[in-house]
Amino acid sequence: MTDLCGGGMEGLWSIAVVLLPVWFSVMIGFIMIPAMFGLSLGVTSVYIQILVKILEWATLRIERGHREQPTLSVPAPLPFGLIQREGGSMEQEMGELRRYRTQSISRGEFALSDSFYFYIKGLESIVDDQVTQRFSSEELVSWNLLTRTNHNFHYISLRLTIIWGLGVIIRYCVLFPLRITLAIIGLTWLVIGTTLVGFLSNKRLKNWLSELVHLMCYRICARGLSATIQYHNKENKPQKGGICVANHTSPIDIVILANDGCYAMVGQSHGGLMGVIQRSMVKSCPHVWFERSEMRDRNAVTSRLRAHVAAKTNLPILIFPEGTCINNTSVMMFKKGSFEIGGTIYPVAIKYDPRFGDAFWNSAKYNMVNYLLRMMTSWAIVVNVWYLPPMTRREGEDAAQFANRVKSAIAHQGGLLDMAWDGSLKRAKVKEAFKEQQQKMYSSMVMGKKGRNSQEPHTESTRRQ
Amino acid sequence: MGSRASTLLREEEIEEIKKETGFSHSQITRLYSRFTSLDKGENGTLGREDFQRIPELAINPLGDRIINAFFPEGEDQVNFRGFMRTLAHFRPIEDNEKNKDHTASEPLNSRSNKLLFAFRLYDLDRDDKISRDELLQVLRMMVGVNISDEQLGSIADRTIQEADQNGDNSISFNEFIKVLEKVDVEQKMSIRFLH
Repeated sequence: MTDLCGGGMEGLWSIAVVLLPVWFSVMIGFIMIPAMFGLSLGVTSVYIQILVKILEWATLRIERGHREQPTLSVPAPLPFGLIQREGGSMEQEMGELRRYRTQSISRGEFALSDSFYFYIKGLESIVDDQVTQRFSSEELVSWNLLTRTNHNFHYISLRLTIIWGLGVIIRYCVLFPLRITLAIIGLTWLVIGTTLVGFLSNKRLKNWLSELVHLMCYRICARGLSATIQYHNKENKPQKGGICVANHTSPIDIVILANDGCYAMVGQSHGGLMGVIQRSMVKSCPHVWFERSEMRDRNAVTSRLRAHVAAKTNLPILIFPEGTCINNTSVMMFKKGSFEIGGTIYPVAIKYDPRFGDAFWNSAKYNMVNYLLRMMTSWAIVVNVWYLPPMTRREGEDAAQFANRVKSAIAHQGGLLDMAWDGSLKRAKVKEAFKEQQQKMYSSMVMGKKGRNSQEPHTESTRRQ
Repeated sequence: MGSRASTLLREEEIEEIKKETGFSHSQITRLYSRFTSLDKGENGTLGREDFQRIPELAINPLGDRIINAFFPEGEDQVNFRGFMRTLAHFRPIEDNEKNKDHTASEPLNSRSNKLLFAFRLYDLDRDDKISRDELLQVLRMMVGVNISDEQLGSIADRTIQEADQNGDNSISFNEFIKVLEKVDVEQKMSIRFLH
């Protein structure tokens, strides 16, 4: 008996050993070859449609579950925040507080109730503020059957749990090995291909081949993430000698954009695997990699970028002016450095669909490897890319104002919140200058409209200006 | 992430907080979510630096005073109960509470308790009087460097003159209430939840 079982097992095993690689290579072939030529077999779109149906069913099932068991009382995420905030300006609000007084507000002066304005604003920000939530993943309105987004969703029904379990198996055992293989193939091809192209001397042939190699590799990588990308307004695609700016959500942004065009990358030169990739990329066409020490010198950075842009045959450079990853619900302050280089700016808005996978890289919580693993075990990456019409700096507009104008355009197109806060608040403290601004505003209210002519400002010797 | 958060808050605790503060069940769970997202050290308590990480609070001229209000005398950490107790002062007064007769102890968000909270933000040394110095301190925090010492001093003097009724050159809690009796405290010192 045992002999038979043993023999059976061995037989199965040998069949598996033979079939598995065959199946694997067939799959890879079916995915890679079309990817290299920019064609699509339509498999991904069918997959997405099936997913959407399943997720919609899951949403309905969860809602029904909530109605049947109200004691679960699971709070759904709030798109408009937790609390109602008064929209009035400082003057308006304080004026209302001061209404109990007989003197009018234009006479200035202080009222004991003035501090109430600051108290309420402070407490409102403790309960719910606009900034800190941008540095963590967006909460979904309904669960998308991924464990990692399961914040408040409890057990609802057996069927839902089975589907979720099936999902885990499919994602980790089927999709994940496939995607990893594709990613490795893609990156290897990039290194080999660009090095080979680097040996050519004929300029035109070199450029053409280099673009081809880059595109192929990024397309394979995109397949490696099951990425479905919709490009809008392709007529505004960035041209050579220009600067492409986009909102930043994750390192994958580069793969997303480079699927449709060739860009010159800008960044810090790393060691290790990244370094190998970077060095080989430079062999086939110019990218701009900075040493860590160079990055501190803003003038050096700007002049190198300017030189690159000035050579009109160079590929457009790709810059993310926010400087850090934001969670794709808002666009934060654009650093003006990129806008001082000159040349034409091609803004691009990128918006991920959060139902299929959370693309935001929370660099405080997850390192790069962890993040890529999470990406490869999501359902898919579905993203919309809008190319906006090119912009240039107007007469009399300084770099910061220009940056804000571009930021608003991108936020408006992508349906994101336009925020003036700096993305570096993720790690750094907010500048004192903003507090001083508020103090100044309040002081002018206290002094009234007669102005501050008869007094000198209080000076503290230790005060930093 | 809020996943661990809502499972760590037990039903009994939620009931106790509900009784003490008057917040609803869903408001408490949401505020707990907020509490844990601010608690970067993940040890169940908030320190002053956790509050200062909120940019909008950091630029508030009275931010430090507000943060202090959360921490009991001499302590550096506040737990969720303490957090809720302080926030409870700013819960709106519901209609069915307005005319309740106060046989039970006064709710944390009554008009008089709201004013007491504001009074204590002025009265640092808790001697139940806002002295000229204490008033000057708050004024200085609000105006920064933009007004001179003498100007500020005379503003403080005028304010105390207006409010002071027993001639002790400071503002007691009753005098404070009297000055502000026409202010719509219920409306202006409340945070309205959308759910």
